[in-house]
Amino acid sequence: MSVHDLSHGLASVSLALADDPGGLGATHATQAEGIAGLGWLMIALPLAGAALLLLGGRMTNSWGPALATLLSWASFAVGVAVIVQLTGLPAEERALTVPLWDWVSVGDLSLTAGLLLDPLSLAFVMLITFVGSLIHVYSLGYMEHDPDKRRFFAYLNLFVAAMLILVLADSYLLLFVGWEGVGLASYLLIGFWNWNPEYAAAANKAFVVNRVGDVGLITAMAIMLATFGALDFATVHGNAGGAGDLTLTLIGLALLLGACGKSAQFPLQSWLGDAMAGPTPVSALIHAATMVTAGVYLIARSQAIYDLTPDARLVVAIVGALTLLYGAIVGCAKDDIKKALAASTMSQIGYMMLAVGLGPVGYLYAIFHLVTHGFFKANMFLGAGSVMHAMDNRVDMRRFGALRTDIKITFVTFAAGWLAIIGFPFTAGWFSKDYIIETAFTMEGWQGWVFGGVALLGAGITAFYMSRLFFMTFFGTARWHDDAHPHESPLVMTVPMMVLALGSLVLGAVLYPTGIITGWLEPVFGHAEHGEPLIPVLAIQISAFVLMVVGAGLAWMMYARRDVPETAPEASLVTVAARRDLFQDDVNDAIFTGPTMALARTAVDADATLVEGGVTGGTTGGLNAVSGMLRRAQNGFVRSYALTMLLGVVAILGAVWVMQ
Amino acid sequence: MNFPWLTTLLVLPLVGALAVSLLPKGTGLVRPVALGTALLTLAVGIGAATQFRFGGTGEGQFQLTEVYSWIPQFGVSYALGVDGISLSMILLGLVLVPICMIAAWDDVPAVGRRQHTYFALMLALSSMMIGVFAAIDVFLFYVFFEAMLIPVYFLIGVFGGTRRAKAATTFLLYSLAGGLIMLVAVIGVYLAGPRGTDGFLLSNLTGLDLSVEAGRWLFLGFFVAFAIKAPMWPVHTWLPLAAEQARPATSVLLVGVLDKVGTYGMIRFCLALFPEASRWATPAILTLALISLFVGAFLAIGQTDMLRLISYTSISHFGFIVLGIFAFTTVSQTGATLYMVNHGFTTAGLFLVAGMLIARRGSRDLRDFGGWQRVTPLVAGALLVSGLSGLALPGLNSFVSEFLVIVGTFQRHPWLGIISALGVILAAVYILVMYQKVATGPKPEGPELEGITDMSGREKWVVAPIIAAFLVLGFYPKPVLDLLEPAVEQSMQTVGVSDPATVVDTSANHSTEGSDH
Repeated sequence: MSVHDLSHGLASVSLALADDPGGLGATHATQAEGIAGLGWLMIALPLAGAALLLLGGRMTNSWGPALATLLSWASFAVGVAVIVQLTGLPAEERALTVPLWDWVSVGDLSLTAGLLLDPLSLAFVMLITFVGSLIHVYSLGYMEHDPDKRRFFAYLNLFVAAMLILVLADSYLLLFVGWEGVGLASYLLIGFWNWNPEYAAAANKAFVVNRVGDVGLITAMAIMLATFGALDFATVHGNAGGAGDLTLTLIGLALLLGACGKSAQFPLQSWLGDAMAGPTPVSALIHAATMVTAGVYLIARSQAIYDLTPDARLVVAIVGALTLLYGAIVGCAKDDIKKALAASTMSQIGYMMLAVGLGPVGYLYAIFHLVTHGFFKANMFLGAGSVMHAMDNRVDMRRFGALRTDIKITFVTFAAGWLAIIGFPFTAGWFSKDYIIETAFTMEGWQGWVFGGVALLGAGITAFYMSRLFFMTFFGTARWHDDAHPHESPLVMTVPMMVLALGSLVLGAVLYPTGIITGWLEPVFGHAEHGEPLIPVLAIQISAFVLMVVGAGLAWMMYARRDVPETAPEASLVTVAARRDLFQDDVNDAIFTGPTMALARTAVDADATLVEGGVTGGTTGGLNAVSGMLRRAQNGFVRSYALTMLLGVVAILGAVWVMQ
Repeated sequence: MNFPWLTTLLVLPLVGALAVSLLPKGTGLVRPVALGTALLTLAVGIGAATQFRFGGTGEGQFQLTEVYSWIPQFGVSYALGVDGISLSMILLGLVLVPICMIAAWDDVPAVGRRQHTYFALMLALSSMMIGVFAAIDVFLFYVFFEAMLIPVYFLIGVFGGTRRAKAATTFLLYSLAGGLIMLVAVIGVYLAGPRGTDGFLLSNLTGLDLSVEAGRWLFLGFFVAFAIKAPMWPVHTWLPLAAEQARPATSVLLVGVLDKVGTYGMIRFCLALFPEASRWATPAILTLALISLFVGAFLAIGQTDMLRLISYTSISHFGFIVLGIFAFTTVSQTGATLYMVNHGFTTAGLFLVAGMLIARRGSRDLRDFGGWQRVTPLVAGALLVSGLSGLALPGLNSFVSEFLVIVGTFQRHPWLGIISALGVILAAVYILVMYQKVATGPKPEGPELEGITDMSGREKWVVAPIIAAFLVLGFYPKPVLDLLEPAVEQSMQTVGVSDPATVVDTSANHSTEGSDH
């Protein structure tokens, strides 16, 4: 019973942190009416678009992409309308359910597929549909000459629909439909140009690594069903306090495994770099702004569980801190502009993961950083796409340089993203990241020093590698040759970049000092009092600023002032390791891929012997008899005998029947 | 007297088969008559389903029953009846037969009487299929169990590929071996029962007071036959050869429907007749199920022959089904029986679409493909969708059943549940690698690809109902679950097991939640 007491004790601690006596994640959910009752339209509209474009065939070629874009905006509009309706309600009533249909009911499990419209899910809806729609618009230009443009937009719409299922689901099981649905969309889009065998392999890798994570999610659901007899958020979260400590820890760890797969966190990070094989708008939308943050969403949504299991939560923070550094180190060594951005995405999600691992005080900043990151990283990916557009699809930054004059709009918008991610004061990234660093320092004991230190150090490295990327591309000497003719992208591409650039600069100032994001998310996360950081807030801010200046300055000295070699020079062991993603693929090949293939080969060889009837007679046990029969059967005698016997049995029985 | 629905279902295709074989040479009517019969049978089957009461009638386990004395000297009755599990299997077969006929439309040219035979055999097979699932007399079941081998034997042995003779013989010998062992057990259980003129009736043989020893031997007699049929490792070895050599439409009926007799038989006979022995054998069977699940998956990963690959995925999926049956929870067993339905559609999609590719390329070898997404985009797309069903993507049919098996197994055996969940990773590998080899890569060029066209109108009629079934069963499995669950509860009750209780009583907390769940 002490285990139970302990978890109850912890529950009351976390409740004490909360302003809302109803408890965390236990906001009274009522059935939606009005526009909110039509919340399913947010999913249905892009889903219909995907179906229409895929089934409609060539006749939708001309207007399909535009329709898909329109439907994505329509989904955004419904989302806004739902938010307007929600703001009209008292804060504690801002959780509406939309029951849809009786989906899986068997034994203990009685599961209605339904949506949960609450501040957390709707914050994601805004991010997904707004950034997603902008990227649809951008793609109208980026994919203009692609022969499979219609299919591309169908997949984009499919992605938006699946991502909305993921965040709007009111149960883990329906969430899982969206979870693997975005995985499918991601697979299809990474492999969009799969005439290149490497791209096809990248798509497979992404799906399979994600499946490893999905085993975690399935396991978590299995434990939930055995423990609570339910999979919907309300029942599981509402009764989490009654479960044993070990059970909750296991659920927490299993969910984390799922989150690691989807969000490319250590040790399941290996697929994200390869995923850059997809067209760049895909990298911006799926592999930067939205899908890869789903793991953070999952942990934040499951706060009722993590609040009761400090052990699992600590592991979340450790995974976040590790990945934060991992991505940052890899990012320093990449010369491929998209892979460098991918490494930075991994690192930034590490920040979010660290933040949700810090407990109630961290959730808000995790989601805040997730939103601002969605803007500034999508902005930079679209910028990278614009650079590639200008440079005949080249991605090697060693062959860029001095592009700031040739593609001014791209340069300026990219600069906004760069300022935000390195945490330049008062940009969006500064607000959200600095709060994560400060919160990390409020942890007690070693945790505060380690997590705070890592977060601070990461900020310095981020400033270095992002500045490296920025300077190698836009500053220094032009290292491209006569065959490249840099030109600015059309407005249909640059306008979305401008919008996102604006967001990268001001979104933090708009959302945080005004109290908008805090007030909006408080009904979900509760009001958590900040503890005192181990060192004064001002000192943290100054340190972060100094590290940023040092990191950016170092990059300026190395990549803008000095000449950048056109091929990567010989480097130290650390750099070589970072270029190879710290040997992640080598490790995976040695531990997983190699043995799997070896097992498959062994199984095939062994089975061939069995199937061919043991040509050498070398089969064992009871199979000897069968293989012997088979060998004799070759002459056709046994075969006809067996068949005769069978026919005889049936004939005799038939005759007996007739004679009755 | 009520309308004899099941006998009608049994006789209609036989009449059709006779009519088809009597048609004159050179007529164009063979295929329309065969398809018409299959569709008519399907319509009657739907009619029968409307007469079925989901919640039971309160008059015994089976509905739509017809019981007549057949060979009273031996205690054999002509007894038909269905519960939710057998009805779902019959309906699955009735839906798949016309689809397979459309897929097999051009398999055999209308020269001589070969086409007559081909379609007549398919109709005869569908009749046997109904009989084997509807029989509620153990001996009658045995007769259908053996009789259905005949059309399959000829379908493989006459219309199969170059090594068809060996494939057909292997299939026949394995099945006969299993069948003979079962025959001994069938007679054994009769002798242990009340005997008399209706001594083989299932209802007369349930709940026998068998000695522990006898029960276990008889159980094994049935189980071996069913394990061969299912097929489970290590008695699966007839399947790859049969699936490789048979026409895809034959494989669908064989693997998608007839092999379910194995898992169906485990529930209907092994569990119902020998509850004690079933509990006794459970650890061994769970182990074999897990081995089948993983060995099948590894074997599929290593294949280069498309049809063989698909047959090995089935061995893996049968591993899931047997696991769910012998985990003995309502969730796992309902999941397993739902899987039996879903697997039929998944297999149909995979085999038939692979057949379309093979017919175009003239090769089953994956290495002869590559880049077909850009040769026949629709066929490649259908392969992908069928594959996604095979890897149990949520939203498609297999997911619900696979998930229920995993979480239901976890309720009783947590470790087995988690280990089986690892199978979903391997499923992703074998399906996606197959798709990668067939469809991705640069667009192929060469003389062998000239004149190849994308999916024809006929083929769309094959694919459309299968994909529709994927989606309907994925998002709205409720009618099938409602059909299956009472039968599963009955089976659990017979074996004398009940579901493990949940750890946390959620009812109290629930009401204070104010939630509508």
